[in-house]
Amino acid sequence: MTKNTVTQENVIEVCHLRKNFGKNEVLKDINFHVKKGEVVCIIGASGSGKSTLLRCINLLETATDGEIFYHGENILKKKMSGAAYRAKLGMVFQQFNLFNNLSVLDNCMVGQTSVLGRKKEDAESIALSYLELVGMKGYIDALPRQLSGGQKQRVAIARALSMEPEALLFDEPTSALDPEMVGEVLKVMKTLARSGLTMLVVTHEMAFARDVSDRVVFMDQGVIVEEDKPENIFFNPKEKRTQEFLRRMLDE
Amino acid sequence: MTGIVLAITADADSGFWQWVAYLWVTYWPMFLRGAGITLLIAITGTLIGSVIGLIIGVIRTIPVGANDSALKRGLLRVINVILSAYIEVFRGTPMMVQAMIIFYGAAFAGVFLNRILAGVLIVSINTGAYMAEIVRGGIISIDKGQFEAAHSIGMTHYKTMKKIILPQVIRNILPATGNEFVINIKDTSVLSVISVSELFFSTRSIAGAHFKFFEAFTITCVVYFILTFTVTRILKLIEKKLEGSDTYTIHGSHTLVETEFKVTEGHRE
Ligand SMILES: Nc1ncnc2c1ncn2[C@@H]1O[C@H](COP(=O)(O)OP(=O)(O)O)[C@@H](O)[C@H]1O
Ligand SMILES: [Mg+2]
Repeated sequence: MTKNTVTQENVIEVCHLRKNFGKNEVLKDINFHVKKGEVVCIIGASGSGKSTLLRCINLLETATDGEIFYHGENILKKKMSGAAYRAKLGMVFQQFNLFNNLSVLDNCMVGQTSVLGRKKEDAESIALSYLELVGMKGYIDALPRQLSGGQKQRVAIARALSMEPEALLFDEPTSALDPEMVGEVLKVMKTLARSGLTMLVVTHEMAFARDVSDRVVFMDQGVIVEEDKPENIFFNPKEKRTQEFLRRMLDE
Repeated sequence: MTGIVLAITADADSGFWQWVAYLWVTYWPMFLRGAGITLLIAITGTLIGSVIGLIIGVIRTIPVGANDSALKRGLLRVINVILSAYIEVFRGTPMMVQAMIIFYGAAFAGVFLNRILAGVLIVSINTGAYMAEIVRGGIISIDKGQFEAAHSIGMTHYKTMKKIILPQVIRNILPATGNEFVINIKDTSVLSVISVSELFFSTRSIAGAHFKFFEAFTITCVVYFILTFTVTRILKLIEKKLEGSDTYTIHGSHTLVETEFKVTEGHRE
């Protein structure tokens, strides 16, 4: 498979990041970066801090210590407003979190009009083009509660894309789906990965991590244990903890 | 119709129903005007009270982050204490007493309030205290994921509230708001203590003129019930309508005609 063109420019860089919940140290000295055009998958057992890392990166959680750079700018130093920064990073959640009060089309338009200040017509045509990309253009009038899990997640991806973000963060986008719907969402994500979008994906889909990513990060108990090209991680892992984790995952 | 009804009279020998009929035929415009004023005060009081409740509910749920300035945190704390005091006091004292204190308190301060306006004011402030708690509960009950999704596309707290959260809250608290409205229709009767000419006050004047309290209040009881019953039905209809349609149209599908797709509730995982 052809890999994306990865530039040398860091979109996100995380330095010595720590996060405590009370006395519980959930992230311990995380150092990590994502380059423009890169697809990075984060794997690891449940509770190892993967979601917390993503949530710290887009400021849904406040880091206890450390630095986060966006294109070289330290975003924890409050030069840029939190909202303006978040608009540049899309997020796709495990539980979809579509806006329950809005139709599929409005879900994809509300951020464009109210945050980016786009005109309604422009926002609509942008929303439609991304809904078409995820195969949900026919459902613009539907409400979230009328959709299946896989459809909801595809709309959620279109909603994030409509903001035309610099990078898209995914937190276990297929974990809440019935097995028969996982494929339709992964297919969309593969298309995006090939298009050169910068993606940071927390996932338990080992085949996706292996085939689609440029780099795989293995996390365990709040630290990055190993990170490498997917072929190295999956066929030649250096660390014992990585080997054990992969054995457990691939046994299933 | 008028030809027949005008013939009704009543005197000391007349029975209960005779008096009821007489009072209605003679005083129906007064009953209806009283009912009208009752409705007017209940509707405006509930609407203004709901707006007060929404504003207070939003203020009381502003999140305070660890990296907010000390000034913002201090200010919010002071505002929250004041708002809590307002809510506690107005929920913890009878509206009848509130009416007396506000109306005669204003008079004491040299402001003579129009009685109906005073009534609206009292019902609004009182309803606001109850609605503030209802709204707060409504906001808290919205899934955290809705806030996070809104924040993740760059919405500020204010935009998140306006575009995403409050529309859902308003829909969810509509039954409770309707309930407040029905309570207000009944509770405006306490405004008679400051001589607001709503339904209860009007009835007392009519009854007093003939010394027929049982008869007059029987009529009023029916009028109150018709008011609350009708309002309850209308609110039910509105709620149903706001729930929205269960169907949507799939556009431009592979079949030639647009297909109507029926999806029933409970289709969530
Ligand atoms: N809001 C929170 N408050 C307290 N502890 C939390 C919170 N969120 C996560 N944690 C804890 O942090 C650890 C890592 O959680 P998480 O980042 O969700 O892991 P993962 O996504 O890898 O499964 C877990 O032990 C979890 O219990
Ligand atoms: Mg997680």
